[in-house]
Amino acid sequence: MLKCNLSQLDNLFAAVAEAMPLYLPTQGKNGANYTKWQAGAVWSNTCNTQKGPKDLFFPQSEDLMAFKTQGKTIEIIDTRNEAEDFAVFGVRACDVKSLEILDRVFLSEPKDSYYASRREHGIIISLACNRPTENCFCGSFGIDASSPNGDVTCWLTEDALYLRGNTEKGEKFMALAAPFVTECDDTAAEAQKEKIQKIMARLPLADLKTDAFGGGKTEEFFNSPQWAKLSESCLGCGTCTFVCPTCQCYDIRDYKTNDGVVRYRCWDSCMYSEFTRMAHGNNRNSQKERFRQRFMHKLVYFPENNDGVFSCVGCGRCLAKCPISMNIVKVMKALEGEQNG
Amino acid sequence: MAELNETLIPVVGVITDVRIDTPDIKTFRVVTPEGKKPFDHRPGQCAMLSIPGVGEAMFSITSSPTNTEFMEFSIKKCGCVTQWLHAAEAGQMVTVRGPYGKPFPVDDVFAGHDLLFIAGGVGLAPLRSVINYCRHHRDRYGKIDIVYGSRSKEDLLDYQEIVNEWQNDENVHVHLTIDREQADWDGHVGFVPNYVKELGFDTNKVAVLCGPPIMIKFTLEGLCALGFDKTQIYTTLELRMKCGVGKCGRCNVGAKYVCKDGPVFRCDELDELPGEY
Repeated sequence: MLKCNLSQLDNLFAAVAEAMPLYLPTQGKNGANYTKWQAGAVWSNTCNTQKGPKDLFFPQSEDLMAFKTQGKTIEIIDTRNEAEDFAVFGVRACDVKSLEILDRVFLSEPKDSYYASRREHGIIISLACNRPTENCFCGSFGIDASSPNGDVTCWLTEDALYLRGNTEKGEKFMALAAPFVTECDDTAAEAQKEKIQKIMARLPLADLKTDAFGGGKTEEFFNSPQWAKLSESCLGCGTCTFVCPTCQCYDIRDYKTNDGVVRYRCWDSCMYSEFTRMAHGNNRNSQKERFRQRFMHKLVYFPENNDGVFSCVGCGRCLAKCPISMNIVKVMKALEGEQNG
Repeated sequence: MAELNETLIPVVGVITDVRIDTPDIKTFRVVTPEGKKPFDHRPGQCAMLSIPGVGEAMFSITSSPTNTEFMEFSIKKCGCVTQWLHAAEAGQMVTVRGPYGKPFPVDDVFAGHDLLFIAGGVGLAPLRSVINYCRHHRDRYGKIDIVYGSRSKEDLLDYQEIVNEWQNDENVHVHLTIDREQADWDGHVGFVPNYVKELGFDTNKVAVLCGPPIMIKFTLEGLCALGFDKTQIYTTLELRMKCGVGKCGRCNVGAKYVCKDGPVFRCDELDELPGEY
């Protein structure tokens, strides 16, 4: 275990940023988000950022390839570049877990090389949550906010940051941090962990259970009358999918440049009517069907294909952001309530 | 990075021949710029064709895997990409990537059995691949029956190939039908599901269905009424797709992705899925 006095933290960030791009939460007009550190940047310890670190690995929009077209001919240009090492500091336990969930999608065969390259080069420095919010329910998904995964795990106390390297990649970061840290024992970090666990246990959503859900439950929930009620006021705005750290649906589109075409991909949303629309029709015509798809995927279909792992990490962003205050917690409670009679 | 294979990056294909099949279906022959088949595939698998700047779409590969020289796609004009393709001429380049999806189980389940292929309209496109594969490996299969129907004689896909080749094969029986009577037609008139019932097949065979959803629905009911079990019947699904490898989320139905777990499904497997296809 290493200890960095808070007075040294900006120096540590500067040293890391000198070696590789460093992303960390900073306060913006609309709350905290991951930004690239530069001199004078002030790290925000807010729990939680508006969006997770998903953009750094699976950007909201990214170019995939280019084409040169002339008359009837086409030339394909592979525009991929190997990612460079970069560090992401302050990632909460839920968001660390969300990357493990995205890995199951993008790193399963055939691997998505765009995502894989960034994952390989991104160093995750996680941070235990001192102040989880009333919207947090990561514990329901087996996530321990007091002890996140990641290449390096950090704990913050009143006067110091405690760091523990977990992986080879993490050691790269620890080496850069070396001038600003001292060796210490686990006492302070352990005490912090205990404090956090006590808070977690008292959170309003601490009792949310996932037992009713999982693979093989399609028949049980798909035809539930609850879907009509729950989705009734859904605007189909897709905000939940855009702030969700595990949503991974994407679109592939082309745009024309002066001398050719660039093919890019961007986040898409199963909440949108266009998502499944084909020339000959749409297999999910109503918002009820689209709404149901999103939650069935997170709570039933995804776990069925992924060893029981749910595609939700309880980060609470959709609870905070949905304009009609509908969210996965309400969905789970309604479906489970029905099941219990 | 270049050493990392990326399925989303296609290869260039050249359309070397455009055959007008019906008033709204054309068959495109595609090879690489070097004149070779773009890649190998199995019967029932699909490929993504695109025209940069227009879009990319999934099509079944209609030529048989036993054809090692080129690939063919029978495409009905109905959306952006297909309209553009229908306006294309020989020599036009496109991009192609694949193969995608689970093929028909031609080498295990189908082997040694009598086969019944039932298609409606452009539904013959994916079946042509497997029919020609089975005709090529004729000794591996028993009797082959093909029931194919369309709106009119002009709407029958691959008509010349059916008349000149399939009908002349030994132990291959082709049963054509069109929806309404017309002057130059002395064959059967009526919808496919009814024709299948009239023909009344024995159930000791594997059946493959492909066509519009309404045709599938009634033909499936008809086959079950004849005593077929759903485990003997295969069909294909078609949903919107973007990636082709089960990641973009578009063709997800239940825990399945049509692009990678399909497009070929056994009919009893479909009963396990929510009815969103």
